[in-house]
Amino acid sequence: MSSWRVFAHQFRSDLLRFWRNPQSRYFTVALPIVFLVIFATMFKGTTIVDGRRIGITTFYVPGIMTLGIISASFVNLTQAIVTQRENGEYKRLRGTPLPAAFVIGSRAVVGVVVAVVMSALLLLIGRLAYNVRVPHSTMPGVLIAVIVGAAAFSCIAFAVATRISSAEAAAPATNLTVLPLYFISGVFVAESIIPRFLRNIATVFPIHHLDEALLKPIVQTHGTGIAGTDLLIVAAWGVAALLIATRTFQWSPRGG
Amino acid sequence: MNAPGVDMREAAAGAPVISVSGLRKSYGEHEVVCGIDLEVRRGEVFAFLGPNGAGKTTTVEILEGYRSRGAGEVRVLDEDPASADGGWRSRIGLVLQSCTMPPELTVRELVELYAGYYPHPRGAAETIELVGLTDKRDARTKQLSGGQLRRLDVALALTGDPELVFLDEPTTGFDPSARHHAWEVIANLRELGKTIFLTTHYMDEAQALADHVAVIVAGEIVAQGTPETLGGRDRELSDISFRLPAGTALSELPDEVASIARQRDDGRVHVRVGEPARALYALAGWALEHGDRLDSLTVGRPTLEEVYLRLAGEQEHSE
Repeated sequence: MSSWRVFAHQFRSDLLRFWRNPQSRYFTVALPIVFLVIFATMFKGTTIVDGRRIGITTFYVPGIMTLGIISASFVNLTQAIVTQRENGEYKRLRGTPLPAAFVIGSRAVVGVVVAVVMSALLLLIGRLAYNVRVPHSTMPGVLIAVIVGAAAFSCIAFAVATRISSAEAAAPATNLTVLPLYFISGVFVAESIIPRFLRNIATVFPIHHLDEALLKPIVQTHGTGIAGTDLLIVAAWGVAALLIATRTFQWSPRGG
Repeated sequence: MNAPGVDMREAAAGAPVISVSGLRKSYGEHEVVCGIDLEVRRGEVFAFLGPNGAGKTTTVEILEGYRSRGAGEVRVLDEDPASADGGWRSRIGLVLQSCTMPPELTVRELVELYAGYYPHPRGAAETIELVGLTDKRDARTKQLSGGQLRRLDVALALTGDPELVFLDEPTTGFDPSARHHAWEVIANLRELGKTIFLTTHYMDEAQALADHVAVIVAGEIVAQGTPETLGGRDRELSDISFRLPAGTALSELPDEVASIARQRDDGRVHVRVGEPARALYALAGWALEHGDRLDSLTVGRPTLEEVYLRLAGEQEHSE
């Protein structure tokens, strides 16, 4: 088989495994949708973003997209990497002719694809249920933010996975990292009610910047909506993580 | 299971598939493999035995291409495993000591997935049949028993139709019937002309399957040979054992036997002799004369397990 066919073969299987895994279905696919509906239903009215007054649902769509992207390409992917490594699957696959890049690359692409699909789904729900419209002109901004975000958080997953030594620890470790950051990064609550020092902490991390990069093209009514600085910061995190991952990645179980 | 087969097998064995000379490996200051030589020929089942921590797994992982070596020559299928590529990997099959199967996939899906990695795969249905999982082919792997999972593991190692198969403790944790089933699978592989490199803790497994055996203790090969000759087993004395009839003393036994008979704590009498026929003749005549049926009579040579324990004994005690 030619290499792209082997990759497609592996990708199909990884996608099937993602979909058949209850944790993936409930936490990565269903939960963001449930969150969007709950937040949009519970909180009414308007909020202020960048000096503009916008509807609360307009605020939550990009916020929950951020959650959906990170859930698929970081939380779920990290858990998959650690589980497969500790189960000995990676080690076994390294004993087959399957190229090493495909062993991990295929699963990372699953995360990116799911992130893109979840983003589209959340935008669609926002549009149909809550009348949140993204201007045509800023659509490229949304698309680029989704792809840069998913790619960067996949790289972060590979770096973080090397720090987690057991499959049981993967879920708590990843959730404990992202949940507090969602709160202080303005994903769940508007920035205007977050204390300044927490906001300052949040600006160091990529979650805040991905949220901003998705929020801008949805709130802005003109331009391409590409949030250059925020996307550069997100991408820099991804590149740094990739450098760490290529130096520290492990194929064999750590067993601890 | 006796000698005639051995010569035939040796005559049929082909060119070396694995050859190792002067292999060394250290972790820090500690040398775990101290210059070993091995040769495995095409079509044979080679059993590699040794206590935990003897350097067995390190050696196997060097042969499989997972670990680098410290020094020495290693050729597996005419290549150096340390620098081998996908083409080489497609010619070997691996069953590692432990591997959890993806719970989301069925037996057939997993075998088909692995078949897709290889240039000339064996058919999925045929591979599943070979390991006896046909009636479980549509079951998710999480529904399989431990023995069935291990058989699936063997199936994955065989999907690429490899020339050489590494089986690392393939039956650990099996119940006796599952183990015998696994032995049949391995025997089938040998019929197909595969070369098999087996590590095991079970001497009956090595006895039943292996053409050649090597024992590694503390990083060195302490014995090599056929299961029948390992450690001079074929030259050892035979052991005749029985229970004395009630009210009989050792001294009442026939002269040839009485002088060398030893009674052990369990009450059984053991007689170790070079010519069992002579001793048995005397013993049988004596028993008939005294009206005893010698129900409990056994004759044997030291088992492979006894030989192995003696070879590995000191090492295991020191651990």
